[in-house]
Amino acid sequence: MKKPQNRISVLKTYKLYIGGQFPRTESGRSIAALDAKGNKIANLCMASRKDGREAIVAARAALGGWNQRAANNRGQILYRIAEMLEARKDQFIAELQLQGLSRVAALAETNGAIDRWIYYAGWCDKYQALFSTVNPVASSHYNFSVCEPMGVVTIFAPTSPLLGLTSVLAPCLAGGNTAVVIADEKRSLCAISLAEVLNSSDVPGGVVNILTGSKAELLPWLAEHRDVNALVYTERDPATLSSLRTRATGNLKRVIHWPYTNWSLNKAQSPHLIMDLQEIKTTWHPIQQITGSGASY
Amino acid sequence: MATKKTKSSIRPLRPGSGWTYAPAPESAAIARIDEQYELFIDGKWQKPSGGSYFDSINPANEKKLYRAALANEKDVEKAVTAARKAFDKYWKKMPPAERGKYIFRVARLMQEQARELSIMETLDGGKPIRESRDFDVPMACNHFFYYAGWADKLEYAFPNRTPKPIGVAAQITPWNFPLLMAAWKIAPALATGNTIVLKPAETTSLTTLKLASIIQEADLPPGVVNIITGAGNTGAALVRHPGINKIAFTGSTAVGKLIQQETASSNKKLTLELGGKAANIIFSDAPIDQAVEGVVNGIFFNQGHVCCAGSRVYVQESIAPIFLQKLKDRMATLLVGDPMDKNTDIGAINSAEQLEKINYYIRLGKKEGSLHYENTATLPKKGFYCRPTLFTKVAQSSRLAQEEIFGPVLAILTFRTEDEVIEKANNTPYGLSAGVWTDKGSRIFNMSKRLKAGVVWANSYNLFDPTSPFGGYKESGYGREGGLHGLSPYVTF
Repeated sequence: MKKPQNRISVLKTYKLYIGGQFPRTESGRSIAALDAKGNKIANLCMASRKDGREAIVAARAALGGWNQRAANNRGQILYRIAEMLEARKDQFIAELQLQGLSRVAALAETNGAIDRWIYYAGWCDKYQALFSTVNPVASSHYNFSVCEPMGVVTIFAPTSPLLGLTSVLAPCLAGGNTAVVIADEKRSLCAISLAEVLNSSDVPGGVVNILTGSKAELLPWLAEHRDVNALVYTERDPATLSSLRTRATGNLKRVIHWPYTNWSLNKAQSPHLIMDLQEIKTTWHPIQQITGSGASY
Repeated sequence: MATKKTKSSIRPLRPGSGWTYAPAPESAAIARIDEQYELFIDGKWQKPSGGSYFDSINPANEKKLYRAALANEKDVEKAVTAARKAFDKYWKKMPPAERGKYIFRVARLMQEQARELSIMETLDGGKPIRESRDFDVPMACNHFFYYAGWADKLEYAFPNRTPKPIGVAAQITPWNFPLLMAAWKIAPALATGNTIVLKPAETTSLTTLKLASIIQEADLPPGVVNIITGAGNTGAALVRHPGINKIAFTGSTAVGKLIQQETASSNKKLTLELGGKAANIIFSDAPIDQAVEGVVNGIFFNQGHVCCAGSRVYVQESIAPIFLQKLKDRMATLLVGDPMDKNTDIGAINSAEQLEKINYYIRLGKKEGSLHYENTATLPKKGFYCRPTLFTKVAQSSRLAQEEIFGPVLAILTFRTEDEVIEKANNTPYGLSAGVWTDKGSRIFNMSKRLKAGVVWANSYNLFDPTSPFGGYKESGYGREGGLHGLSPYVTF
């Protein structure tokens, strides 16, 4: 037995993040978060199918408010996330080291994530101008195509526990979607800590929902849920990808595959990732023709 | 006073009520239809390896028009091999500007033979010659002309990326706009440097086969475009073929879902353009006569065989009685009959099978207690015809308001507030298109933003253009056809 210390440190309880709240899983189950040597660090919630449903309901409810926000405001909120992350940098570095990353790698992961939030904060009010079009139709109509968010997106987060997570979440949010994230199974401490950052960055409750637990258990339910519009998958397992595509057919969810192996590269950030989670809507409007006037002004 | 009956002093313009139209038939003579068509593979007309053929009839009179080769798995194999060879040997190596010139050439050759294509389309599919002549064929030509110009400009369409062709594209087209859908599929695929195996719907192969001969005439390298004819089995064999890199399908949502499942474990890039149940929304301040025209065009264009047909009309309660009266008056003037007659508004239903499906829904609507109204036209004795029909007192949950009928059958529902109609309009698994009729600009933009649909027509309906992207939200499919956005389905990076 170790000698008792003068002050007992306060351990953190890692919970889920649903609808802006930090509930425990309704199932009451937990899984152990382990460090690199296999020692237990904490008890994580093992989210259930019902937690997944609650998260989707919250994401759906938050969608209207989030995508109707001014693009500029979404940009400010994403920037605020970076600010909050910068302020808590040490916490994330320590947490990453605890989960087995070297000091250098943990620093790179954290800095990379902060910079990535800033990268996408800047895109919030710009991608529309690049990817929308005014179409020169032959008839007398004003015709334009704009980008709109797909809606509720379920994200199976990459193994890169902070930078990878940020790299898939940020383009989703920048484009006005709301998200249900299934954190990486092995290293999910940062995902819940990121939820705390989101919660203090004016990200409205429900815009991001984060679940920890067994990916294999949650995947079928979330992939089949009829109120989800798109799925993002980032690993390279053909069987999982095939299963997602098959299960997505019920309501024709869009299945987006981002198989990046190194999220720290510059090419892992792009407005094209925002566009992968956008629909194109085209509107036609008649233009009055004053015939017979002969004027050519 | 909405309850007071408005009695017009003007005699309605109605066939049989004094005004009649003399027959004005287009001559079928200039359409050179062969008795039998083979498969177009590797630049040559090849006999089907199974030796079988199937008949195609003219739905306007049920007479046999021609017979087409039935492609089996061996033929699919041949076509995919030819397309792969053409991709590696010619098409991907060709300077993009030269590729574009081939496509321009196809557009020009189509324009030169436009009338023949129109007549073939009408004879084979049953649509009025007015529509095939003034809409389908010119739009198809323009589509080739539009995408031809993209061939050497693709790097401008994808900022900071280098687009590459995907390879061999399998394309499956429906029977409602056979030539136009072939153009929507072939033109962007060729412009982006892919080679093609295309299968038209089995009831309407004719204009696609004619297009094959035009492509031959344009001297495209052999195998760049292959056309194989057949029904569902041929399509399934094509979709399953491991040599395919890309699938573009237009058709029903049910088949689209099957294709997604079928290809789930492959890396075939998939785009789907599927069904719809579009809301056409009429506010009380709408220009009412224009709205009536728009509703008629929305549901009765091409006999209602349109995936984006405005098959649900939501009319604001305060103007519902007058709107309904005007709509019925207008419907009464629609001419139903011989598609080859230049005055015909509603031609023949594409097949006996489709007519039965439409009649099933009409019986269902009556059984469910909705009020039925139809135009009183005398229908030709032979052929497949359906009178323009509408139902009132339709519940939001009724199958008439939820399911795609794909015929000239309109469900009329009412609403009071903007929020209510948005909720009702979006309350369907589909999301292809919508119409909004109102005098208020700010309302149009609010509605356009909140309707979950890929195309929104404001004070207009059923408009298309090669420069304008088309495609759905939700279960109406994914991917866009037309415009700059129509390039993405055919490139990789």
